[in-house]
Amino acid sequence: MGIEKFIFYIFSVLLIASASMVITVRNPVKAALFLVLAFFASAVLWLLIKAEFLAIVLVLVYVGAVMVLFLFVVMMLDINIERMRAGFIRYLPLGILVALTMAGMLIWVVSGDGSAFNHSVLHGPSYSNTQALGLVLYTNYVYPFEIAAVILLVAIIAAITLTLRRRPNTKHQKPAEQIAVKRHDRVRMVKMKAEERK
Amino acid sequence: MIEWITSLLSFLPSGWVTVIIILIKIVVIVLPLMLAVAYLTYAERKIIGAMQVRLGPTRVGWNGSLQPIADALKLMFKEIIIPAKASKFLFLLAPLLLIGPALAAWAVIPFDAQMVLANVNAGLLYVLAITSIGVYGVIIAGWASNSKYALLGAMRSAAQIVSYEIAMGFALVGVLMAAGSLNFGDIVRGQEGYGFVSWYMWPLLPLFVIYFISGVAETNRAPFDMAEGESEIVAGFHVEYSGMPFAVFFLAEYANMILISALASVMFLGGWLSPLAGLLPDSVFEIPLLGPLLGSGIHWFFIKIAVFLFFFLWFRATFPRYRYDQIMRLGWKVFIPITIVWLLVLGIAILAGLPPWFSAA
Repeated sequence: MGIEKFIFYIFSVLLIASASMVITVRNPVKAALFLVLAFFASAVLWLLIKAEFLAIVLVLVYVGAVMVLFLFVVMMLDINIERMRAGFIRYLPLGILVALTMAGMLIWVVSGDGSAFNHSVLHGPSYSNTQALGLVLYTNYVYPFEIAAVILLVAIIAAITLTLRRRPNTKHQKPAEQIAVKRHDRVRMVKMKAEERK
Repeated sequence: MIEWITSLLSFLPSGWVTVIIILIKIVVIVLPLMLAVAYLTYAERKIIGAMQVRLGPTRVGWNGSLQPIADALKLMFKEIIIPAKASKFLFLLAPLLLIGPALAAWAVIPFDAQMVLANVNAGLLYVLAITSIGVYGVIIAGWASNSKYALLGAMRSAAQIVSYEIAMGFALVGVLMAAGSLNFGDIVRGQEGYGFVSWYMWPLLPLFVIYFISGVAETNRAPFDMAEGESEIVAGFHVEYSGMPFAVFFLAEYANMILISALASVMFLGGWLSPLAGLLPDSVFEIPLLGPLLGSGIHWFFIKIAVFLFFFLWFRATFPRYRYDQIMRLGWKVFIPITIVWLLVLGIAILAGLPPWFSAA
């Protein structure tokens, strides 16, 4: 067995196992950690098909940023697992339907005459996936790219303003005022004569 | 050497031979690195000792030179205490998650013109992605300890690491703009020309300073050592750790320091390039013995790393610890705006072809 196939099978088994652990494990923190593992395994699979930019960005954005914040939230919440499991039977038929539809679509795409995969072009080792993506993003798709960036910025500002509470009573520091302070603002020098001891 | 190993392993399929050769290369990188980590602790105690007018370790070996080995042995034979109701697997996994990225990032760092384990085109992105995983070690350590102090400590240092990663990432964007490449070899080669004048630290000076300070914050070192805070709190996320897992946390901290220093010297100080190459006439570099020493080579890379490490230790001996809100203010309200403004300045400089750094582009 070639080394690539070996790596592929190890990480696809890891991916499927960790993905199913995400929805079966009881502890929400562990579920989030299994999701991290699933992201990692799929990044390796992307590396195998030479999509290094996607693989690295998956690790950088989802593992390095999104899941860290997610984990923060999950750790802070007091999640009642019993209450979360209450609707399991009721939603099961719908869940099975969605799962079957997704699986059917995937099988339909993969088992066709292969026309879905004929567009793939193999490049040499010096070909840089990152550079190619960057060139396309900043030439052909520069307006959609910039508009998406602005929308994200607006979303960030909106999220901050929605959660920002002004608390006037907190005693936080104002560094500008601290730096601007002069001696006579804080200390009053008093000149007085030495008194004789009685 | 590599041919010899290849011929020795010729009974295996060719794919496996490549794997074994890569494994050997990894050992060649990691073993000296761990030794450097051990002796960095010794250097730290000696240098800070000298700065504070004391001797530092003197008993074990000549002038205390075997102290790191003795410390390692002591920690190895200590009992590993796992707290009651702690998540045992995650508790033991956390230190490994912290040290793993610190070692894995070395894969793309070029030691010399041809000496690199993986000559990856997206090397800079790889380093950003790999180093961002380290924060999981902190979070998992805090959570798996089943202790409220550890959890709070983990929250503090994880928030700190995530915040400073942003400023650090922006500083790296500046390097990427200046070099026009994500490959570390190309980044170093982009700084060739007029010796130290051509290094990126001059056009990127604010980014360079911010990168290094963020690096200090990322590694949880003084004056940003909120995680440890030895004079105020017991310890942060690793309060429940003892013996070897605790030692691995320590190793990870020092391995991260060396990594940050190596990255800073590759990206801003021209890696293996000599500060004199291009300034002195070529005939100087052909003098036997002295010539190769003055010329570019791996020794310059190590000297630059050592200088940065000295700065790390110097900071620890000099600065008082930041308060937590001051750390957050510095990261978000000072560093990130400065980096964004400097990216704009840099863009104008590149467009104008500012010599000597951007004149060719």
